[in-house]
Amino acid sequence: MEQTILKFENISFSYHNLSGETQALNQVSFEVKKGEFLAIVGPSGCGKSTILSLLAGLLTPESGNITFYTDEPGAPAPGIGYMLQHDHLFEWRDIYRNVTLGLEIQKKLTPENKSKVEKMLEDYGLSSFAHKKPSELSGGMKQRAALIRTLALEPEILLLDEPFSALDYLTRLLVSADICRIIRASKKTAILITHDLSEAISLADRILVLSSRPATIRKEIPIHLSLPDNSLLAARNAPEFKDYFNQLWEELSDEK
Amino acid sequence: MKNKKLPAAGIPETEKVSEAQLKFEQTEKKHQKLVKICRLLVLLLFLGVWEAAADLGLIDSFFFSSPSRVILCFVDMLQTKSLFIHIGITLFETVVSFLLVIIISILAATLLWYSRRLHEIAEPYLVVLNSLPKSALAPLLIVWLGTGIDTIIVAGMSVAIFGAVISLYTGFLQVDEEKIRLVKTLGGTKKDTFFKVVLPGSVPTILSTMKVNIGLALVGVIIGEFLSARRGLGYLIIYSSQVFKLDILITSILILCVIAMGLYQLVQLAERIYQKRL
Repeated sequence: MEQTILKFENISFSYHNLSGETQALNQVSFEVKKGEFLAIVGPSGCGKSTILSLLAGLLTPESGNITFYTDEPGAPAPGIGYMLQHDHLFEWRDIYRNVTLGLEIQKKLTPENKSKVEKMLEDYGLSSFAHKKPSELSGGMKQRAALIRTLALEPEILLLDEPFSALDYLTRLLVSADICRIIRASKKTAILITHDLSEAISLADRILVLSSRPATIRKEIPIHLSLPDNSLLAARNAPEFKDYFNQLWEELSDEK
Repeated sequence: MKNKKLPAAGIPETEKVSEAQLKFEQTEKKHQKLVKICRLLVLLLFLGVWEAAADLGLIDSFFFSSPSRVILCFVDMLQTKSLFIHIGITLFETVVSFLLVIIISILAATLLWYSRRLHEIAEPYLVVLNSLPKSALAPLLIVWLGTGIDTIIVAGMSVAIFGAVISLYTGFLQVDEEKIRLVKTLGGTKKDTFFKVVLPGSVPTILSTMKVNIGLALVGVIIGEFLSARRGLGYLIIYSSQVFKLDILITSILILCVIAMGLYQLVQLAERIYQKRL
């Protein structure tokens, strides 16, 4: 966990339209270590999603640098997987063709990758649904299918843009626990955006608190929960949980 | 209910339907049956009143014809085989112009989707051409293209094409922005966006546009035939009105009704097949 995988340095970004300019980020800097689970919280509309779009290369920063580090010099930059708020599975494709969409686009539909996808479908309990339409699956299953679609491209870094917010509360607890377990087991680096404070505390190793727009980093809180096991539902009962919650709550309510 | 239970001996319990559900299904079926019967009655009533009025001399059957005269005329035209040629020509022209409209409008809408600038430049022209009464173009087409089948096909296309381009383009734009974002996060290009999301996501729009356009193509073809053809149902209508053979005129109009319905049903069938596959 010591090695830095990405550096976000003095990034500023504004959105432009004819009625004016909206500054979203102002001199934001942070680092992420390999294998770390980072959560970013902040008031709504503060530019959290902008950070992910910049990391994914969908937007280009106006100033500042984003640097990715690799294990060995000369190796290709770590791949980035992006999970959006909704699963966005295509109704005109079955689950199998949905989860292989990324491979299809990047022309990596090799027999080797196909068998990896099939194994993932099996591991996540979806293999009997491979040839079903997305509408036949439950919300949690769809989210898992979306995760497989992201993981099929074998990204080093996962960007999670409130990926559980479209689910109902109960499903959300189960799915976030599920997906977090999968991410930890595969030792991926993850950056999660959320406005659910307890979700951030229970999932993350470290939380960045952003100010309202234009976003700057207001506070960085490392999370250490004393847990009997790694179960995420237990995380909410950890003795430190409520202190972290209150600390985050104060930071965010100051903003308003 | 009782006789329904008898064969249920070998069928598992889950197949049993509650009484309320059965009652609901019965009411629904009754309603649908009633609608069908009423539809048929309206037609029969119309034909009956028409026939009676003509027979009793309430209307002049020379001008208004009558169902029996229409049937006689239809049989007569069948015997001379000329009817098949007219129907065939009109059908052929309609189907060809419909297919060309579909192909060209999908290509044009694709082009506009690829280039926002092109769309903004073309927009006012599309709007003007779409609102222009296309029958005004037909005389021009005759001068330019002559009086052959190609003129009629172009006339058929002219009625449908501009509206088709506009509705397809609008349909393309309505595809969820977030799905496009998803394709980009998976490393997709604009081409991937189009072929993986926009086009497959727009199939329902394409089908509904087709449903409108099959009718519009028929309108354009008949307008074209009015003005320049020597064959086809449009020609038959104009010709028979000029020589006061109103039996032929009304028979042709009724045949057009059947053709319009048949073509529409065909497109609807395509839509049903697509929905079933989904």
